[in-house]
Amino acid sequence: MKLSDAPQSASTEASSNLLSGAEIVCHAMKAEGVEFVFGYPGGAVLVIYDEIHKQNNFKHVLVRHEQAAVHAADAYARATGRPGVALVTSGPGVTNAVTGIATAFMDSIPMVIITGQVPTYAIGQDAFQECDTVGITRPCVKHNFLVKDVGELAETIKKAFFIATTGRPGPVVVDIPKDVSMAKAPFHYPATVEMRSYRPTNKGHSGQIKKAMQMLLSADRPMIYVGGGAILGNASAEVTALVRMLGYPCTNTLMGLGAYPSTDKQFVGMLGMHGTVEANMAMQNCDVLIAIGARFDDRVIGNPTHFNAGNPTRKIIHIDIDPSSISKRVKVDVPIVGNIKDVLDDLISQLQNAEQKPGNIAAWWKQIEEWRAKDCLKFKQSDSIIKPQYVVQKLWEVTKGDAYVTSDVGQHQMWAAQYYGFDKPRRWINSGGLGTMGVGLPYAMGCKFAFPDADVACITGEGSIQMNIQELSTCKQYGLPIKVILLNNRYLGMVRQWQEFFHGNRHAESYMEALPDFVKLAEAYGHVGMKVEKPGDVEGALRDAFAMKDRLVFLDFQTDQTENVFPMVPGGKGISEMILAEDL
Amino acid sequence: MRHILSLLLENEAGALSRVAGLFSARGYNIESLTVAPTEDATLSRMTIVTTGSDDVIEQITKQVNKLVDVVKIVDLNEGKHVERELMLVKLRAVGKDRDELKRTADIFRARVIDLTEKTYVIELTGTGDKLDAFLEAIDRALVLETVRTGACGLGRGEWIVKAS
Repeated sequence: MKLSDAPQSASTEASSNLLSGAEIVCHAMKAEGVEFVFGYPGGAVLVIYDEIHKQNNFKHVLVRHEQAAVHAADAYARATGRPGVALVTSGPGVTNAVTGIATAFMDSIPMVIITGQVPTYAIGQDAFQECDTVGITRPCVKHNFLVKDVGELAETIKKAFFIATTGRPGPVVVDIPKDVSMAKAPFHYPATVEMRSYRPTNKGHSGQIKKAMQMLLSADRPMIYVGGGAILGNASAEVTALVRMLGYPCTNTLMGLGAYPSTDKQFVGMLGMHGTVEANMAMQNCDVLIAIGARFDDRVIGNPTHFNAGNPTRKIIHIDIDPSSISKRVKVDVPIVGNIKDVLDDLISQLQNAEQKPGNIAAWWKQIEEWRAKDCLKFKQSDSIIKPQYVVQKLWEVTKGDAYVTSDVGQHQMWAAQYYGFDKPRRWINSGGLGTMGVGLPYAMGCKFAFPDADVACITGEGSIQMNIQELSTCKQYGLPIKVILLNNRYLGMVRQWQEFFHGNRHAESYMEALPDFVKLAEAYGHVGMKVEKPGDVEGALRDAFAMKDRLVFLDFQTDQTENVFPMVPGGKGISEMILAEDL
Repeated sequence: MRHILSLLLENEAGALSRVAGLFSARGYNIESLTVAPTEDATLSRMTIVTTGSDDVIEQITKQVNKLVDVVKIVDLNEGKHVERELMLVKLRAVGKDRDELKRTADIFRARVIDLTEKTYVIELTGTGDKLDAFLEAIDRALVLETVRTGACGLGRGEWIVKAS
């Protein structure tokens, strides 16, 4: 269809029942209960924007870069559990969005990304702002669609939400050529969709659950390992009930923080590359391990050969909604495929009805307490220089442990994970899988839109924050009183740390020269900036910042340039092969 | 070990690249891949020959199954199956080679489906081994072109791969 052939505005009665593709998009958003669409306009989506302008069912948030639109929608999904929605134009709009999409994909975040495309007749002609969106995004989406017929648009959007939010969640891209946005079709939004090729398993196999229960009850050295799947599956209450019922130790992955309350005594801390001694040692030495919505990835168990060889008799139970996550890196003994909440409900009720009770594991707890006594997260406080860990601890105190905390990627991310005790799910928003620098500020925006009355803090570094600093302008436009906690050590800290350990301490390109004056920068964007240089001023600055309820405050904490993240498992090593601060 | 995977997938634009892209993205081998629509026009049947340890094949099967366009995947090595591959070979056929090639083709139950004064095109169907054997039996210097479809297969007897 040529542009000039596009149906014109309704002039006959018959065509008045027809909606344009752009109107269908807006109606579909309404039907899905979408609150916010994060986006950026451009040629291929102008028609959709025109319809957005005319409606009041959802609010459009104008970002300053498409990557931030996807990150903000992603954070909205992480914080609320509802799918995030982003809208970008064709070509560079899409390629800018790809980092955001890949970030969401790696962490299994339910999202629908609507992308504009050049008109169908121009596809393949190297048209202005054309790119093969479906081809470019294919490896980093759960699924994607190119809609060539406006008659299929409504059902395709329904499918996109269905696929994004069910099974193992993930981002779904719907690519809409401009002529499809303009063409008209009757609007019918299906209440449900059936797809013969997509039927996720929800209910776990009860025989397997029974086996798991018996294995758990006969354990001498049990360990409960909980990942992001428990949060995505809204199963924190079930996880907490199970852990308390059994009286066993529990660890959360970086993505699982908050699934089990961090301040509880059965919690042994985060595990993995920067996990606690007690979590990693218990993981390595347990005799029965139950993995709940976790995937044994390289940053969590380190070298799988070491993990297995060091403890070949360990029995593993693995609950996951995605069968391909099971026995991928580590062979398991009792696989249970299903929705975590449903599986844990079954497991808990089987446990309640079982005659056998959990065995006495006092000896195991004694061992764990010995590991815990190492106090591996202690750090040397200073009177003269700000320790980054101290800032995070004070943030936790000032916000009473109840803020939405986003982070970027690097040392500050690990300190945030280690020192902010997350007691609730969906409070810790970070890029675990892809490790995308630059997510922190747009993540904080997504949280603030979702929960305008909650405290939202973005813990960041001077490297990461500059990867999406332009969003300070978005924050100004929408009056988002985020608190940016910049742990400024004038280094790409994690890079420098690896260089110190593994590259002869040669700081190749890890020093950030010519940093801006962040206070002035924040002020230039219309926000409040504060520079904090003394440990004694940290708490006061935080209190002042959070007291400014209606202002974004950018706190530039000048922190110790030499501080490193401990414990640390070097890449490729086993998780019990940790380097501790006290070893150095 | 060699495995022959049989897939039913939605006959949609891009379904093939989803499967092929998955193999390259995850570093799996594809020895051959063949695909065409089935008697149900909404479905395509794909046969992939791949190699890998049991663990790798299990992962491949799970990952392929996760693709939204894939309706079903079966590892034909899990049961008894038949498989065939088609090869067309263009040979230089002049002088005494002409009769010799024809005789060899007959032994392999191959057919000459096109000929000129100087060439034969021979069609041969069988397992990959048989096609290899034919090529080894003739003078390699006479081979002008070969094209092979890659294997396709079906389970023996009552074993049926269906959409539902």
